[in-house]
Amino acid sequence: MAKPSVMIVGGGLAGMAAAMKLAELDCEVAVMSLTPLKRSHSACAQGGINSVNNLTRQLGDNEGKHFEDTVYGGDFLQHQPPVKEMADWAPRIINLMDRLGVTFNRTPEGFRDQRRFGGTLYRRTAFAGATTGQQLLYALDEQVRRWEVAGKLRKFEDWDFLGPILDEQGRLRGCVGQDMITMRIRAFPADALILAVGGCGLLFGRSTNSMACNGSAASRAFQAGARYANGEFVQVHPTAIPGADKLRLISESARGEGGRIWVPRKPQDPRPPTRIPENQRYYFLEERYPQYGNLLPRDIATREIFKVCLTEGLSVETDRMCVYLDVTALPREVLDQKLAGILEIYERFQGADPRVTPMKIFPAVHYSMGGLWCDFEANAAGGLNVGSPRNQHTNVPGIFAIGECDYQFHGANRLGANSLVACLFSGLTVAPGVVAYSDNLPGGDARDQTAALYDRATAKYQAEYKALLARPDGGPNPYRLHTELGQLMTRIATVVRHNAELADGYGKICAMEEKARACSLADHGEWANQNVVFLRALQDMFPLAKTIVKGALARDECRGAHYKPEFEMPAVEATDPAERRRQAEAWCERFADNNRRWLKSTVAAWSSDGEPQISYEEVDTRLVRPRPRLYGVVGGDVIEQVWKERERTAKAKAEAVPSASERGPG
Amino acid sequence: MNTTSNSSSFHRPIASDCQPGQRFYVRVLRQDGPRKRRYWQRFALEYEADMNCISVLQRIAENPRTDDGRDVAPVAWECNCLEEVCGACTMLINGWVRQACTALVAQLLQDRPGEIELRPMTKFPVLRDLVVDRSRIFAILEKILAWVPVDSYYDLGPGPRQSQEAQQMAYLYSKCMSCGCCLEACPQFLKIELEYREGETPEAYNARLRTANMRAYIGSHAIAQVELFNSNPIGAMNATERLDALVAEGGIQVCGNSQNCVRVCPKGIPLTTAIARAGRAATRHIFRKWFDR
Repeated sequence: MAKPSVMIVGGGLAGMAAAMKLAELDCEVAVMSLTPLKRSHSACAQGGINSVNNLTRQLGDNEGKHFEDTVYGGDFLQHQPPVKEMADWAPRIINLMDRLGVTFNRTPEGFRDQRRFGGTLYRRTAFAGATTGQQLLYALDEQVRRWEVAGKLRKFEDWDFLGPILDEQGRLRGCVGQDMITMRIRAFPADALILAVGGCGLLFGRSTNSMACNGSAASRAFQAGARYANGEFVQVHPTAIPGADKLRLISESARGEGGRIWVPRKPQDPRPPTRIPENQRYYFLEERYPQYGNLLPRDIATREIFKVCLTEGLSVETDRMCVYLDVTALPREVLDQKLAGILEIYERFQGADPRVTPMKIFPAVHYSMGGLWCDFEANAAGGLNVGSPRNQHTNVPGIFAIGECDYQFHGANRLGANSLVACLFSGLTVAPGVVAYSDNLPGGDARDQTAALYDRATAKYQAEYKALLARPDGGPNPYRLHTELGQLMTRIATVVRHNAELADGYGKICAMEEKARACSLADHGEWANQNVVFLRALQDMFPLAKTIVKGALARDECRGAHYKPEFEMPAVEATDPAERRRQAEAWCERFADNNRRWLKSTVAAWSSDGEPQISYEEVDTRLVRPRPRLYGVVGGDVIEQVWKERERTAKAKAEAVPSASERGPG
Repeated sequence: MNTTSNSSSFHRPIASDCQPGQRFYVRVLRQDGPRKRRYWQRFALEYEADMNCISVLQRIAENPRTDDGRDVAPVAWECNCLEEVCGACTMLINGWVRQACTALVAQLLQDRPGEIELRPMTKFPVLRDLVVDRSRIFAILEKILAWVPVDSYYDLGPGPRQSQEAQQMAYLYSKCMSCGCCLEACPQFLKIELEYREGETPEAYNARLRTANMRAYIGSHAIAQVELFNSNPIGAMNATERLDALVAEGGIQVCGNSQNCVRVCPKGIPLTTAIARAGRAATRHIFRKWFDR
């Protein structure tokens, strides 16, 4: 058998993990990326990477709990087998990263140190200062370079992925890319294509994402037939600092190390924060959620910050919304050794020292839980059959998706420090499946295809490129249109969503899409033309923006990051015990009903009329039965009690049924 | 660690004399392609809150018109993370090599009222405007074997234990984002820009460029990486090969000890400490080789 040839698009953590593993498995590997690999967006991940470890294990933790925290935090919207397998692999993955030289912080005895992160009660997060993503990325970049020197891998940096090449049976045979300096367009024959293209934060204009996270590559695969799932689930991170060009993340690790969120009890108290006495500070997360305090799942923390500023009018500033994130009480060595990276960011961009004065922060769009739909193959234990070609495989034969651009691991809300582990897990484990897929391909491998297949594809994209360059002057400016799209998406499709606004917004997006087709270029040159690359990416933002908004409009419920006040579950507020119980029963009934209707993945397919077509897919919950997410819900205790009783009754019934059938007829 | 570095003087409290709407100028040194003629263009902008040089270039892209009213192509520049961890947006700002994302307009105008000057780095070939070809930096990382040569990616247990002190030192070196500031400021690091010979294929050209890159000075970023990998317990197992590269043509002996590198490093990497330590290791290595002959 000839060596499989694999093209990977995207050179962040997931893409490079796949690249180095495939090189080890003796494939011909190529990586295409919008930026030099070492400059990928994974570098922005700050806080850490989750896994069970020897220490937490002895405190009662295990892989099963990491798995459960992840699905509970994700509001049960993820298929459980891939998540279970990821939690099982996490300790091994961190060990591997340790061997690769990642500079994880150490304990005095020389072990890897761990910190606590949101949505768990264990100190499960390994970290390298406050630049963990950067350190992991560099370790992988080094390994990829090693394979490149060994002649096993080629890099195409500063290349734009234009689209997959499919044969007449719809099977992947390669892809087309454009060199963003020479503007040369060429086809890359390949047996398999792995998309590791990251999130699509740029759809929201300013976000915590890097400039390469424009969603264009995922959108191009979507328009070529790959399905896109759970697009409406977009994580808004609770703590970012505002900027004219970008909203910069202040990692959850600031709270993991003891940072506290508060606002002055007196609205817009003019005193400097350090002069406001303790009893006049409102630590609203700690007061409302005593168990998790400042370390709630992100969707909930974000909504609380929104509520405090918008509904309760307690924003720190009058003309701008923000709350304090306060690390001033932490010991100096914690700040310097564990948080220096993020404190530096605040200092450099805000010109104030967070060691002495509390930071001012506000939520920002951060992560796409949704992404390209992909398959998996479960094993008997409820994990994955690793090595199966079905894992991470999109519905297009030969196209795989890994990392942030897939929809597999995070459900309706991602827990902090789970993105790095998901990227590395999906990247390392996709490799053997890709090799299995490439063995004995129907219709031969890429070498057996006709030159005409590749020439046709190249010609098609070449013609599109020339048409863009030939656009008449005087049309709308693509950069301004992008700002307009970002403002609209941020207003209608982030923290709080209303059907009327979503429906109206959808129409506006369609109008903008039309406008984008008329945009002019300010540069018609054929050398390093960033203008044309940007306009093409902008045009491809609309299919994803429409999918996000359409999915959000259809989903009439609250789940994880998707929050519609109209459909919020009522609190159990009665004080009379009988009435309380009645309310809790009604609550549970409604919750169960809602799950029957909405515990489903949204799956969008792009249709030829330029509209996403939405259908729903059952969620595989074979390991843990979905239950109410009750972080801080009023009346949560009685709801939990009633829910457990219902579950016991349901279980007893379920056990009674098969025994009846075992008796057989007659 | 940062006290000797110029980066600390870049990042100081902002005096907020800049008012939203205030007018200022940006002069950009432009070049349409490699080895093409260079020319200046000036753009007029209005100040916005929290503005940095990235948002300056974004505003120019939105409205690519010079201050004398000519419509021009938007300025080409490189960027990605916008929070100074990727290294992409490195350029000369008011003559200093630094990242555009952390170059805040309010501070720049405070130092030099009215106008900001943007130029491409001078030690790397210009591809277009502010975009330069820094692939040489990555080629140097190949030369010095900047990786930990593990046996395989299968599960073989945890890595070696390390002291907190060793981790803190390694972390300083491993924050290097290959931005090239240290090389721009280094008097020993010289630009390599080759022209195509008549009838030369791209492959032949690239091979020639690679040879030139491999012979020329590696720079202090690479010397710090040798320190990083040779101090890693697994990386130390092929320390000899890295030391061979360190003393080869274009190696540590080229360093002229100007100490400019440490002053411009945006990450505060102790580059001169690395040079001193690596220098001692290199000397020992040369003697050992000499005696082992």
